Amino acid sequence: MIDDSTRQLCFDGRNVPFRPGQSVGAALAAAGISSWRTTRVGAAPRGLFCGIGVCYDCLVTVDGRRSQRACMTPAHEGQVVASDDPRRALDEPGGPNA
Amino acid sequence: MPDRTRSDYDLCVVGAGPAGLNATVTAGERGLRVALVDVGVQPGGQYWRHPDERFPDTLPQPSATRRHGWREYRDLDARLDALVRGGRVVHLAGRHVWGVHPGRPFLVRATAAGEDADPVVVHARRIVLATGAYDRQLPVPGWTTPGVMAAGGVQALLAGHHVRAGRRVVVAGTGPFLLSVAAGLAEAGAEVVAVCEANALTGWAAHPLRTLQEPGKLVEGAGYVTTLLRHRVPFRTRTVITAVHGTGRVTGATLRRVDRRGRARAGSEERVDADLVALGWGFIPQLELAVGVGAATRVDVDGSLVAVVDDDQRSSVSGVYLAGEVTGVGGAVQSGAEGALAGLTAAADAGRADDPRLRARLRRRIARAHRFAVAMHRASSVPVDWPTWLADDTLVCRCEEVDTGTVRAAVRDLAADDPRDVRVTARPGMGMCQGRMCGFALSCLVSVETAVTPAAADLASLATRPLATPVRLAELAEMADGEEG
Ligand SMILES: Cc1cc2nc3c(=O)[nH]c(=O)nc-3n(C[C@H](O)[C@H](O)[C@H](O)COP(=O)(O)OP(=O)(O)OC[C@H]3O[C@@H](n4cnc5c(N)ncnc54)[C@H](O)[C@@H]3O)c2cc1C
Ligand code: FES
Repeated sequence: MIDDSTRQLCFDGRNVPFRPGQSVGAALAAAGISSWRTTRVGAAPRGLFCGIGVCYDCLVTVDGRRSQRACMTPAHEGQVVASDDPRRALDEPGGPNA
Repeated sequence: MPDRTRSDYDLCVVGAGPAGLNATVTAGERGLRVALVDVGVQPGGQYWRHPDERFPDTLPQPSATRRHGWREYRDLDARLDALVRGGRVVHLAGRHVWGVHPGRPFLVRATAAGEDADPVVVHARRIVLATGAYDRQLPVPGWTTPGVMAAGGVQALLAGHHVRAGRRVVVAGTGPFLLSVAAGLAEAGAEVVAVCEANALTGWAAHPLRTLQEPGKLVEGAGYVTTLLRHRVPFRTRTVITAVHGTGRVTGATLRRVDRRGRARAGSEERVDADLVALGWGFIPQLELAVGVGAATRVDVDGSLVAVVDDDQRSSVSGVYLAGEVTGVGGAVQSGAEGALAGLTAAADAGRADDPRLRARLRRRIARAHRFAVAMHRASSVPVDWPTWLADDTLVCRCEEVDTGTVRAAVRDLAADDPRDVRVTARPGMGMCQGRMCGFALSCLVSVETAVTPAAADLASLATRPLATPVRLAELAEMADGEEG
């Protein structure tokens, strides 16, 4: 029997369902979200690329900790995930010290 | 700190894929005390990646009838379990080894597992490095657009999380691995618009004789082809993606027919709609720990830097054994056999009884798999003229956002004439991934500009990374603090 009951994490204020055992990156991809970071130079969006923790393209803020790899971070109930903008000051609203 | 130093192991194995698991179990069953360290929270590596076993109700596990080699994994996992329960083996899961300090004992430094645990240092008289590989990539205009992923990454999402990264997919690059990714996607309900193979079909799909010598591979290949036929997935040979379209997200790709060298044929342009592009050009061995301890390297038939081993998996450094993709990309069967042989050799070198019949059997298996791998590499090579697909503003280095024009200018105008120089001058390969994604492409670009083929020394300099993974500063500080070695 497959248990379809899902949990939710919160991404930029929006609820994203996941199944226990999935990573944050897997949950976002399953929800059709493909980018959650902008690059420093070109301000270009980025999300998952290598899928296995080696490219560091998928960095995201998780529960206030910046620059976590979404593909390597397990999802959990009530987790707060915020897209990362490297140009945002650390103490701005939504920054890790907020 | 009570648990920080783990002393007195006969062997430390880094990596719990087919190679590392076999090495651990083989050495442990011969009486060695083994520490197995792996990034994953559960064993399996890339080939046996599977959903988190703690949640079988929400993420179903593979079944032995449907997943290749699953029975073998279950058997190894049970043997590992028995060794762990018996106190012979400790499995340090969820930890990244970021440095190996040579000497007897070797000091193997690994990150903390999770938020609260401490980093560890494993002291071991011998080490097996079985760190596997990652997808090889070639830049193409638009490849940094979200929705473009490494083929292996797409596979990892499917195998580990039951997530399909898109609805309409183009799979492109070279090699039979593309077929397995496409088949997995099709079975998961994605529409695979095309599988684009850069080389000609005559290379591998039309060589039943060669494939027959490797029975496991034949069954796998036939299985994928059946799946692809059932789902009517178009398989295009001598076809590549020359551009990916879309701004915030992939909307499509341009496919072109190419000649043997990879030059696009005039008028062959075709635009397809897609929301996921999976790219794979083979695999690159994860070599930084091996290079870090000073193991000798060479350039393999597929152009990758690999570590040198003797017939028993010993590296050029005493006490260091290597197994799996790090000795040359050969696939799961070869990795597994090399791992078992490395474990057997380490045990014998530590004074345990040898098993000549097993050793001979493993060597035969490795030789057979290696012949197959060489044929496969020759048939699925990277087309030499691939840099002609690049525009000046195509990023080569994704991290530091260094484009093709800048790399070319560094070679032409600044007289940087090997990948090391270019890296220092224009800073590609100096970002978070430490050149893992762009290193191969960079060395190709430089060699086109300078007309010099990269030698092992150039590639080794690219594979040298101060730390095998970006480590939190706190961990480094803690290591420096009261470190005895
Ligand atoms: C993303 C990806 C997906 C793949 N999927 C398939 C597939 O579906 N089918 C197939 O036939 N082949 C697949 N392959 C090819 C794969 O290389 C081989 O099939 C096989 O897994 C190789 O076995 P191995 O033991 O040599 O390495 P791996 O299986 O790669 O195992 C290496 C292990 O070492 C760990 N590791 C690496 N560095 C460190 C470190 N510094 N510290 C701690 N642990 C470390 C890794 O996390 C990994 O668990 C895939 C490759 C990749 C990169
Ligand atoms: S996708 Fe590459 S590190 Fe997460």
